[in-house]
Amino acid sequence: MLRIWSKGLLCGLVLSMIVFLWGCGNQSNLSEGENTVIEGGAGEDAVTMEYWTFVELHGQHFEKMLTKWNAEYPERQIKLNVTVMPYDDMHNKLSIAVQTGTGAPDIADIELGKFPDFMAGTPQLVPLNDVIEPYRDTIVPSRLDLYSKDGTYYGIPTHVGASVAFYNVEILEQAGVDYRDIVTWEDYKQAGIKVYEATGSYLGTANTSALWQVSMLLAQQGADYVDATGLPKVNSEEMIRGLTVLRDLQEADAIATIAGGQPDTEEAYGEYTAGKYASAMMPLWMMSRFTNYMTDLEGKIAIAPIPVIEEGMPRSVGQGGTGTVVTKNAADIELAKDFLAFAKLSLDANIEIWNVLGFDPVNMDVWEMEEITHNPDNTFVRYFVNNPFDVLNEIKDEIQLIRSTEYSPTINNVFGTTTLNEIYEDGRDVREALDDAQAQIEQELQLR
Amino acid sequence: MLKRFAYSQKIATYVFVLPFVLVFAVFWVYPMFSSIGMSFQKTMLGQEAQFIGTANYERLAADGIFLKAVTNSVVYMLLTLVILIPFPLLIAVWINHRLMIGREFFKSALFFPALTSVVVAGTIFRLMFGEMETSLVNTLLGWFGIEPVKFLKGQVTGFIALLSLAAWRWTGVNMLYFLAGLKNIPDEYYEAAEIDGASSWQKLIRITLPLLKPITIYVITISIYGGLAMFIESMMLWNGNNSPKNIGLTIVGYLYRQGIERNDLGYAAAVGIVLLAIAMIINLTQLTWSGMFRRGGLKDA
Repeated sequence: MLRIWSKGLLCGLVLSMIVFLWGCGNQSNLSEGENTVIEGGAGEDAVTMEYWTFVELHGQHFEKMLTKWNAEYPERQIKLNVTVMPYDDMHNKLSIAVQTGTGAPDIADIELGKFPDFMAGTPQLVPLNDVIEPYRDTIVPSRLDLYSKDGTYYGIPTHVGASVAFYNVEILEQAGVDYRDIVTWEDYKQAGIKVYEATGSYLGTANTSALWQVSMLLAQQGADYVDATGLPKVNSEEMIRGLTVLRDLQEADAIATIAGGQPDTEEAYGEYTAGKYASAMMPLWMMSRFTNYMTDLEGKIAIAPIPVIEEGMPRSVGQGGTGTVVTKNAADIELAKDFLAFAKLSLDANIEIWNVLGFDPVNMDVWEMEEITHNPDNTFVRYFVNNPFDVLNEIKDEIQLIRSTEYSPTINNVFGTTTLNEIYEDGRDVREALDDAQAQIEQELQLR
Repeated sequence: MLKRFAYSQKIATYVFVLPFVLVFAVFWVYPMFSSIGMSFQKTMLGQEAQFIGTANYERLAADGIFLKAVTNSVVYMLLTLVILIPFPLLIAVWINHRLMIGREFFKSALFFPALTSVVVAGTIFRLMFGEMETSLVNTLLGWFGIEPVKFLKGQVTGFIALLSLAAWRWTGVNMLYFLAGLKNIPDEYYEAAEIDGASSWQKLIRITLPLLKPITIYVITISIYGGLAMFIESMMLWNGNNSPKNIGLTIVGYLYRQGIERNDLGYAAAVGIVLLAIAMIINLTQLTWSGMFRRGGLKDA
């Protein structure tokens, strides 16, 4: 009797262990991100490459380009194992993997804000100068420089990220405002006052967790977060002027802080859909957020140049971006480099970057190709009131650059956690908050 | 000879203890000494380490953000003690009462949150305490005519969210510890007290609490450690390691920021050593004060 009982108990225990371990297995898969193998028509002998990204859409672009690559180079076929992980998670894992030399993928996406972290000391990434060279003349040079160190390129850009204004015309019409009349921030403020009075919605957002708008106001004045010598300088007169303009907009109820802290968050997508905010000042890649997450606003959003402090100032700045890199761990470095250049720098790749991702491609020849940019079947062309490229071509020569330096991650962190919150949420004096930010940044970077 | 060795009772003791000693040495003692060494270096993964003396500690002493992280962790730890010791104790006493109906149901219902992943719980609490009018807590406040609150942007309100998460998650676990302790108190004591005419309150104060003291000290000790080492709750609630004005930054969060996010492992090691020192000082003080180290332990207490 006892033996039967203990056998039963044993079986039970084994069963429960299996269930437990199965549960654990499932859980660990989840935490490691979503994993998909893209075949792209590759045969048996194809080389399988690991690709890590934090944007699901990027995988879709690579899928298209992989099929073309495999058809064009049958003797060098590739299968791509795409792993999508959350932003911070992916960068942290990648940083540890490349620096320890184990477990890194062949190809990976690194976001501009995190890129300087990978440039510290001797970069553990493969130089890409030779594969970039054939395409050099077709690409906006400043976008390449973002991912370089001492003349060596380590990343291949995805887009220009030109900043534009997205206006909800339905709300503006209710307030009797025409977005085409908004040229300066003063015009924007007057429009904002009208919108708030007529509809109760705010015209724009005061971003507490991101620097998109602040960068726009700095770039208009030809300034940056670093001074001429390359050292952080965030309490400059230009910065004070820019933030004073934004603070003034907030006091006039033209802009207000938004749930999530900035337009590119899940909470903010909800706020926009609910019609609580009538404009977003963001880089052009925000278009894909509209088409993916704010489908209710289709046909209501117009694109225009961002307002400026004084007429005649440059009306855009390239922001955000992803540098795709080849790590030193890659099994076949040459193959990875050639494929990457093909998938992101060729004319074909640049056309697909617009078609699939809705980004402003770094090969500006594409900007002029009417049949591609005005294709009526294109999702982005259909979604927006006016054509994005009409605006892009208008501001083409005014797109400024904010430098990404080794200090950028620290500056972003101090502003995104403390400074902007103090200014917008606590109403702290702009100059004081910026002086504190400068001191904090210098202290963190041990510059004093 | 071999047989005698294999069957020796003296050797067996060491053999049985060996796995623990090995695990302790490999996963605790070695990393700890390695961290102490590292805290005197400038270390970046993949790069050559440099000995820099006490520079990391000097930097820590002047680091306002680190001070903020320490304050947050200590305040969080103290508040969790205030919430997570008395309430689970009272719930345990209540559930343990002989007239209690549905005891098993309450036990499992209260323990259930501990089985939920912190990641899931943190995400749900983030949505509940969201700043939109439509988020759960703001909807509830709206019923009472209270304006929406930006919970995760204020120090006090942020801590309310953080402590709600801690209370929801850990009440059941601490309750189970106290229940185990209560089972060890013989019924005769209560019967004797009843014959002497003691009230429920007197029984609680004179019998239950003193006899639960060893369990209480144990729960306090692990809660101090748990409070100081809290990280994932904060990370999930603020959707990352960066909360507005660092209101949710903890010591471990700062260690993670410096070591993993900024690849400054030497400085992160110094943060870790300071955390170890704080935890040791608080716990040793608490244990000494509660009489754990007195000869004969708690019996004399």
